[in-house]
Amino acid sequence: MLAKSSTHKMSQKQTTRIADFFIYIILIAGGVLMVGPLLWMISTSLKDKTGVFQLPPQWIPNPIHWDAYQRLFHLSQLQTGFMNTIIVSLSVTIIGSFTSCMAAFSFAKLRMPHKNAMFLLLLVGLMIPYPAVMIPQFMMFSTIGWVDTLKPLIIPGLFGNITMIFFLRQYLQGIPDSVVESAKIDGASYWTIFSRIIFPLMRPAVAAQFILWFMGAWNDYLGPLIYLNSPEKQTLQVVIANLSATYATQTDYPLIMGLSFISMLPILIIFLIFQRQIIESVALSGMKN
Amino acid sequence: MESTVKDKAPVDGRKKRRAHDSSLYKNEHRVAFLMILPPVIGFLIFTLFPAAYAVFASFTDWNGIGQMNWVGLRNFQVMLTDNYFWKSLWNTFFMMIGIPIGLILSFILASALSRGLKGTTFFRTIYYIPVISSLAAIAIMWQWAYNGDYGLVNQVLALVGIKGPNWLQNVHTVKPAIVAMSVWKGLGYSMLLYLAAIQSVPQTFYEAAELDGANSWQKFKNITWPMCKPVTFFLVITNIIGGSQLFTEVNIMTPTGGSEFSSATIVWYIWQKAFKNFQMGYASAMSIILGIIIFIVTALQFYQNRRSDYKLG
Repeated sequence: MLAKSSTHKMSQKQTTRIADFFIYIILIAGGVLMVGPLLWMISTSLKDKTGVFQLPPQWIPNPIHWDAYQRLFHLSQLQTGFMNTIIVSLSVTIIGSFTSCMAAFSFAKLRMPHKNAMFLLLLVGLMIPYPAVMIPQFMMFSTIGWVDTLKPLIIPGLFGNITMIFFLRQYLQGIPDSVVESAKIDGASYWTIFSRIIFPLMRPAVAAQFILWFMGAWNDYLGPLIYLNSPEKQTLQVVIANLSATYATQTDYPLIMGLSFISMLPILIIFLIFQRQIIESVALSGMKN
Repeated sequence: MESTVKDKAPVDGRKKRRAHDSSLYKNEHRVAFLMILPPVIGFLIFTLFPAAYAVFASFTDWNGIGQMNWVGLRNFQVMLTDNYFWKSLWNTFFMMIGIPIGLILSFILASALSRGLKGTTFFRTIYYIPVISSLAAIAIMWQWAYNGDYGLVNQVLALVGIKGPNWLQNVHTVKPAIVAMSVWKGLGYSMLLYLAAIQSVPQTFYEAAELDGANSWQKFKNITWPMCKPVTFFLVITNIIGGSQLFTEVNIMTPTGGSEFSSATIVWYIWQKAFKNFQMGYASAMSIILGIIIFIVTALQFYQNRRSDYKLG
């Protein structure tokens, strides 16, 4: 934080107050712009089908209609969408984080010939965008019959995440090598060193990366769109996109807005619970990159 | 934040010891190798091989089912005269005007937050909500907000007496509409990085400048802004990389690529060609062009990082 100026002259205090006032106006205006559309989405979802077209619009619906949410509750596609997204994002992030942690440990703390060359090779992976590989990848999975299953979305992630490895490696480099060396002298196995020393040390960094990755996996759209055709196989993002297109033709906007809101809710809750950790780790990773 | 500079050079002497080549070291090599094996294998199978295959496929008439025939540079020649390709490239490029706008707005917000007024954490959280929200849900929401008759945007505009267009159906407004949405969604992220950068400027810099009689503008111009340059650079690069891959919002808000192809981006066109028209060879050729552009931009970033690292040290 910028410390307040140490000199406290009267006139200066007054100009600071005026400046603070304008700054609050900027901040509040920004805040209204940022949450306004989201509140409006919630407000729309609580109206009935015709209330949406009322002019001038009501910000607080009167009366409140829970009808849209009741109907959403019975949409089986939404339920399978949630299930599929949970399966994909949890399996990818849990197993993928484990492999990423091991790799980061190895890259940062163990000796191996050509280690840096391998690391550079992985960094090349960061430079290749998904659209450049998606077509051959699709054909690969198509030849082994994995199209319209969740496997193409899960399997590649299990091998680890290069961004996470990169970040954790950097984090571990800040920990002195002597920690590992002394454990080795004491006869600890590599698994013991990893599970008892290294992992506890990097747990905050892992948690932050895990959450970020989880949110990324939850919100993924292009991958699921390419691979999943049957409605009951689709993940949440594809489901809401398809359903919104369907219900838009019936101008059922309360349902569409309720749909969007519900699909955002889990991530929103995770964010509000872990907001401090998430925000700090994002700021940190940005500075380090 | 300041830890980027330390632990630059690993202590030598490791190399000398390697000559001993004891079984202990061999064991360590083996364990280390096993641990990095999964990501390396994953990279080879799911990134490098498909990328190489895409290069090969870009010289063929691959349609995903039948035989692949070598056609030389024909795909690239077709691309030169394909109006849709140029249009989508232009649209992608056009939508990047959101990058400077977003950076300026987020810098203003970060400066405002950096004064440490009451409620800073609250505003920081509020601004970050669009960032974590799913793009698909956000796109659906904005699609409704841009509705010509009943959308939020036009109703707000009506308050000041402006009759807004039907944003997403209008050839001239569809791109600005998508840009505005992207700025809205990304603002919190840039703001956060700027805030961290501003707060990491040592207070002594400002005190020294004050002693020399510098005014606020001079302090901003000569201290704050230069100290934020690495973040600006990082944001410009990552935004270009992200912006060149714009897809979700376009596909959801304008499922047909907009009237007269006015909102189709390059990734949208590649996706369309590959998975709707099954012109996989041609789509691969376009994806290679996109890949090269992004590869160069990313390499530039790595190069710049190296340099600024040394400069700080």
